[in-house]
Amino acid sequence: MRTKTSMRLGVGLAAASVFAMAACADPDDDQLVVNEEIEMITEAAAPDHMERVRTIYSGWRFRSDETQAVQMDDFDNPAMIWVDAAAEVWETADGTEGNSCASCHESVDSMEGVRAVYPKWNEAAGEVRTLEMQVNDCRENQMGAEPWKYDGGDMTNMVALISSVSRGLPVNVAIDGPAQSTWEQGKDLYYTRFGQLELSCANCHEDSYGLHIRSDHLSQGQINGFPTYRLKNTKLNSVHSRFKGCIRDTRAHTFAPGSPEFVALELYVASRGNGLSVEGPSVRN
Amino acid sequence: MTRFGLLMSAALLSASGVFAGTVHPTNVDFVDGAIEVSLSGMPGDPENGAVLMNKGAGNCIACHAVSQLSDLPFHGEIGPMLDGVADRWSEAELRGIIADAKQMFDGTMMPSFYKTEGFIRLGDAYTGDAHAGDVQPLLTAQEVEDVVAYLKTLTDE
Ligand code: HEC
Ligand code: HEC
Ligand code: HEC
Repeated sequence: MRTKTSMRLGVGLAAASVFAMAACADPDDDQLVVNEEIEMITEAAAPDHMERVRTIYSGWRFRSDETQAVQMDDFDNPAMIWVDAAAEVWETADGTEGNSCASCHESVDSMEGVRAVYPKWNEAAGEVRTLEMQVNDCRENQMGAEPWKYDGGDMTNMVALISSVSRGLPVNVAIDGPAQSTWEQGKDLYYTRFGQLELSCANCHEDSYGLHIRSDHLSQGQINGFPTYRLKNTKLNSVHSRFKGCIRDTRAHTFAPGSPEFVALELYVASRGNGLSVEGPSVRN
Repeated sequence: MTRFGLLMSAALLSASGVFAGTVHPTNVDFVDGAIEVSLSGMPGDPENGAVLMNKGAGNCIACHAVSQLSDLPFHGEIGPMLDGVADRWSEAELRGIIADAKQMFDGTMMPSFYKTEGFIRLGDAYTGDAHAGDVQPLLTAQEVEDVVAYLKTLTDE
């Protein structure tokens, strides 16, 4: 039987001699500054709870220079169109109570720091809430409005707007206290080998980051950049849509966006990025 | 088991006529991760094996590089390069690795291509929906043999 580490080194060396692309296997050394102003932490010491990874990296560090550049200026970042759309919605009354988000929260700048600590335990509701869950709670119970589809456009745009005012702040989700059991559930899911291909998140994003799987350069599967604008589908993508896609690709029966399983997985994956900057909305391929 | 032992048991199996017919995925006999007999009872076709390396459920080059297939773009780096693989492993071992690599490499990331049981939340191919009905292995018995036949051509000479 062969060990993982020696295998990984061996593979890198063998491939380097044949394929030029192996030369760019690991994360690059580029620095991310958005609008020549917001300095992003794209590399940090792994949080203590991570036993098998020493350094965490933003997915931005694994993308090509061309893709990276698109995120460096809001005028180039196509996600900003939807951020602007959500800024209008923020001011627009909806529902039976005649309220807009602004009626209670005033400027969206009041949301600074919020993205960085979600998912978060909500004491009154007795549950871990994602940002999407909280927004829908406000719509239903504060505005008397219909909830948005969990991973629909309205919701993802609003999450992008709320994230945008926390850009540059370090992710810092709490995993202890009442959130701990949800976090443990998420961790179990992260290491479960789903589907006919029997692959776990960890197989690709912990054991193999930096390597190519077919044409894809594997990152650590961090969610500090969500929602992400993907060049591949030219739209904003929510965290749970991404989870769904990755599980589907193992030939597995996925979980639904907004399901308790994905909420738990989001808390766990977010906690693997504690220390990286909030980048959302980011650009990926 | 030693190489000599493997040869011996191959001889015994062929003597007892196990070569006839297709071996169902749930009836495969692994000996130290290897499978002595053809799963289809037939020899493999290396040309079709080469196609399976790239396409469909095989898609081996998603994870492995093969110099001989360098006209195809984007070889993966997850598993070792397969150049010269026939010098490293016997036919029986190659068959075992393809059918269910976890028998040879404990906990490996390589999928099990000739297996129908023990999956968690098995999906209906790549739809994301739940699977219903009989489970087909990723590769048929004959396709496993075809890939084995192709890998046997990968010698360092
Ligand atoms: C009628 C007042 C009201 C309206 C309208 C309202 N909210 Fe809220 N919102 C609240 C209150 C109160 C809280 C704190 C709730 C709690 O902690 O359980 C809150 C909390 C939040 C939070 C979490 C903040 C944090 O620090 O954790 C977010 C995000 C949020 N609202 C977004 C929105 C959005 C987006 C809209 C419009 C779609 C909206 N809210 C409309 C009253 C409102
Ligand atoms: C077969 C390998 C594979 C598995 C298994 C897998 N992913 Fe992915 N994932 C990818 C690829 C390829 C990408 C796109 C390139 C990249 O960022 O790694 C990706 C991207 C992501 C991203 C986007 C990262 C960013 O910077 O925007 C997240 C988040 C993610 N995966 C989470 C997960 C989670 C959670 C699981 C487990 C439920 C999982 N993945 C399982 C292959 C995989
Ligand atoms: C998801 C990635 C993945 C896919 C797809 C995959 N393999 Fe593998 N393979 C591996 C890994 C990883 C190893 C190394 C074994 C270990 O874990 O120690 C391996 C090992 C092997 C070996 C032993 C190589 C040696 O030199 O020791 C052979 C042969 C092999 N694979 C053939 C195949 C064939 C043929 C296919 C397609 C039918 C395939 N693999 C598909 C990941 C993969």
